[in-house]
Amino acid sequence: MLAYIDKIKEISRRLLQEGNVDMVIGFRRGTVPMMNEPCFVKTPEDVDNLVWDSNCGINLANYLTNRPEKIGIIAKGCDSRNIVTHIIENKIKRDQLVIIGVPCKGMIDRHKIQAMFETEIEHVTEMDDKVTIKGEGFEKTLEKKDVLQDNCALCIHRNPVIHDELVGDLVEEQKDVDRYKDIHNIETLSPEEKWRYFDNLLSACIRCYACRNACPLCYCPTCFVDESRPQWVGKSIDPIDTRTFHFLRAYHCAGRCTDCGSCERACPMGIKVRLFTKKLEKDCLELFDWEAGMTLEKRPPLDTYRPDDPDDFIK
Amino acid sequence: MGIEPGRLHFSWISSAESTKFVDVVNDVTAAVKALGPNKTFLKTEAKVA
Repeated sequence: MLAYIDKIKEISRRLLQEGNVDMVIGFRRGTVPMMNEPCFVKTPEDVDNLVWDSNCGINLANYLTNRPEKIGIIAKGCDSRNIVTHIIENKIKRDQLVIIGVPCKGMIDRHKIQAMFETEIEHVTEMDDKVTIKGEGFEKTLEKKDVLQDNCALCIHRNPVIHDELVGDLVEEQKDVDRYKDIHNIETLSPEEKWRYFDNLLSACIRCYACRNACPLCYCPTCFVDESRPQWVGKSIDPIDTRTFHFLRAYHCAGRCTDCGSCERACPMGIKVRLFTKKLEKDCLELFDWEAGMTLEKRPPLDTYRPDDPDDFIK
Repeated sequence: MGIEPGRLHFSWISSAESTKFVDVVNDVTAAVKALGPNKTFLKTEAKVA
């Protein structure tokens, strides 16, 4: 993964120098460990700010919405699927984009790593498949595969589905992954157990909307939670309001979510918010044979009608 | 999300199917009444203003 950066810089510099793009969207080093931040590189000189490692989990498609410029964008598998979704939903045009594809081997989970240490983590470095965590008075080396983000561990589309440039050889896709084990477990609960399960799951939520803001799908000019006329959902942290927010947000992502994990990564409280979107992702796959963002050729299930659409729930 | 089965109903009724509409409304109200008042999906904290 680390070796990609030279190629990323080379391609970005060339694109900017030749004037093919007005900017390149990529990552620069963040101010704290494990938090690389998105950046817009607009001149060839600034290309050296770009970085690439296993802390680039944020989905960059989020920054494409309604932009007028010509853009070079660095895209992992999940980013590329969200770029496809953006194009399908007319949020950006294909010919505005030069997609710099990055075959991805997974991002590391800052929540998992932070939970392992009691004191502040000051440096995180990686080498091949190892991650070394340093802080005052401690140093520990971990296997990267043990600290992957949950969605990366389950990822079956690591390679970009759409790209103009590629920064390295395609990686082998993971096979025989049981993507929906946790969802199956929730589905078997009784209604009362489900109610308690979600109460516990969401009890830490502070309604900061970091999950929504990090999500490339959540681009509505005014989100339903911010509307005041009418006010669809209360703005308090009453458990009912919180529950309404999470369930409705998930439904807005139905048939669009690529399980990129940005929401979960952004959550300051470490809530497993992907459980909501993943249930809908599973339903879309089972009922409509649909995986979001895989092709520009097909329309998503929510805007197509087929006479044999499942409708058992309608009596 | 943990709402009891039977509290939520979906139906497809044409504007020409007035009798079906009446039947469905009667069935739904009877089913929901049988379940009693909603106890879970209910705000507990005091309303502000």
